[in-house]
Amino acid sequence: MTAFLEVQNLVFDYIKQDGTTVRAINNISFEVEQGSFTAIIGQNGSGKSTLAKNINALLLPASGRVLVDGLDTADPASLWEIRRRVAMVFQNPDNQIVSSIVEDDVAFGPENLGIDPDEIRRRVSFALSAVEMEEYRKKAPHQLSGGQKQRIAIAGAVAMQPACIVFDEPTAMLDPRGRGEVLDVIERLNEQGITCVLITHFMEEAARADHVIVLDEGEIKMDGQPAEIFRRPEKLRELSLDVPPAVQMAHLLRQRGIDLPEDINGTEELVRCLCRSQ
Amino acid sequence: MIRDITLGQYYQTESVIHRLDPRFKIISTLLYIVALFFIDDFIGFAIAWLGLETVICLSKVPRRFILKGLRPVFLIIAFTLIINIFMTQGQVLVEIWRFHITKEGLQMAAFMGIRLVLLIIGSSLLTLTTRPISLTDGIESLLSPFKRFGLPAHELAMMMTIALRFIPTLLEETDKIMKAQQARGADFESGSLLRRAKALVPILVPLFISAFRIAQDLAMAMEARCYGSGLPRTRMHEIRFTRTDAGAAVVFVIFLAVIVLERLLW
Repeated sequence: MTAFLEVQNLVFDYIKQDGTTVRAINNISFEVEQGSFTAIIGQNGSGKSTLAKNINALLLPASGRVLVDGLDTADPASLWEIRRRVAMVFQNPDNQIVSSIVEDDVAFGPENLGIDPDEIRRRVSFALSAVEMEEYRKKAPHQLSGGQKQRIAIAGAVAMQPACIVFDEPTAMLDPRGRGEVLDVIERLNEQGITCVLITHFMEEAARADHVIVLDEGEIKMDGQPAEIFRRPEKLRELSLDVPPAVQMAHLLRQRGIDLPEDINGTEELVRCLCRSQ
Repeated sequence: MIRDITLGQYYQTESVIHRLDPRFKIISTLLYIVALFFIDDFIGFAIAWLGLETVICLSKVPRRFILKGLRPVFLIIAFTLIINIFMTQGQVLVEIWRFHITKEGLQMAAFMGIRLVLLIIGSSLLTLTTRPISLTDGIESLLSPFKRFGLPAHELAMMMTIALRFIPTLLEETDKIMKAQQARGADFESGSLLRRAKALVPILVPLFISAFRIAQDLAMAMEARCYGSGLPRTRMHEIRFTRTDAGAAVVFVIFLAVIVLERLLW
């Protein structure tokens, strides 16, 4: 496995209106493997969105480096190459759709890259089928639900054929059903080999990743596989985070003497293990 | 209610007119309007009406949709008619108190009325048969020769595209703000016109702020999708001038020639 993203001693400061600086990210380092699914979790104000925008050079580090596939985000010459390789999906589904026709919006990225029209049409069809929205290609975005709009935004990212997609709290404004739809799409894209970085404040979502980074006040507080993270509920509670209900349940059941494996992260896994242990 | 609003007044159906090159449709509509002001007798208007009728039949747009376009301008037409009937000097036919109706006035009013009706139907056919997005594409393409004189053709078209896209979003936002204020006792429905107008001010302020927030988000999302990368942009739907368009252009030129000849010969 090779590292696709390398964040080295990243520091980022916001300058407030009165001229004072606020440190949003304080000296963090981590790597994201090619083809992996990494979740970055933290409370509001933990710096997770700022970190996301540092990955594709929408923001540039005050010190330290961010390397995307070996390219330095601080180098203006590789700016567009980085954005082509790392696509981004934002929180508000409404504020990132450009066109009033779904297929035109999905085509927006490839059009900006100067890709041949026939190839754009192929990519748009592929991207819409990847998010299961083919039948909506001629619709207007305002006729769609929140989850559907967010899937269109994801299709727009997929159409650029990126190696990696950064999802900046894509489910924060969605209802539970929309959240489920979006998360399923992310998992599917990851299975197809796209490196996924999911910024979220929902523990259940982080549980579906294979690498979790817990951020608090601009620093990495925990870093590891979901099971490792969930093994320390006290530490999570200290950071005002909770283990997912299924993990909590498994923990309590183990205390009662029921034989369950240590690495249960989701409800489905728990159900499967319980049915087997009977 | 917001989910159902239609942008512009596009009428979705399959027809020859719908498929025509938007650039051709824009130019021919403009020329048609100019021609209407060139015509100076009833035979000319009859020809113009015949041409319009042909397009209406080909476009498969129901007539009630087309007539709906006339409703908002009904007052303007009525006003123009009255002004023309009473204000034109000439041979007096009827005299009521200080006003008199002249023969020339009646003729002028009839011409103006027919002209306005034909003009509005003609231009609404353009928007009824062309998607807003195709219209902006057409305008971009038509304006692009002026790029060398510094006209930002693509940027103008992009602005129109984004404006069209965000009309429903801002309507939804307005609705949300109004409900939030009504929940806290705001009253938009009673009182004098002035009072009701004043009550709208507290809606506009948050609406503007939210428009700026949307603009900022959208700009960032567009940058993330490589907008402004300096690479030559391509289009998924290229506008093509097809053989159908060429045929339509020939027919249209003949139509214009007939109108010009009619004016010169009669």
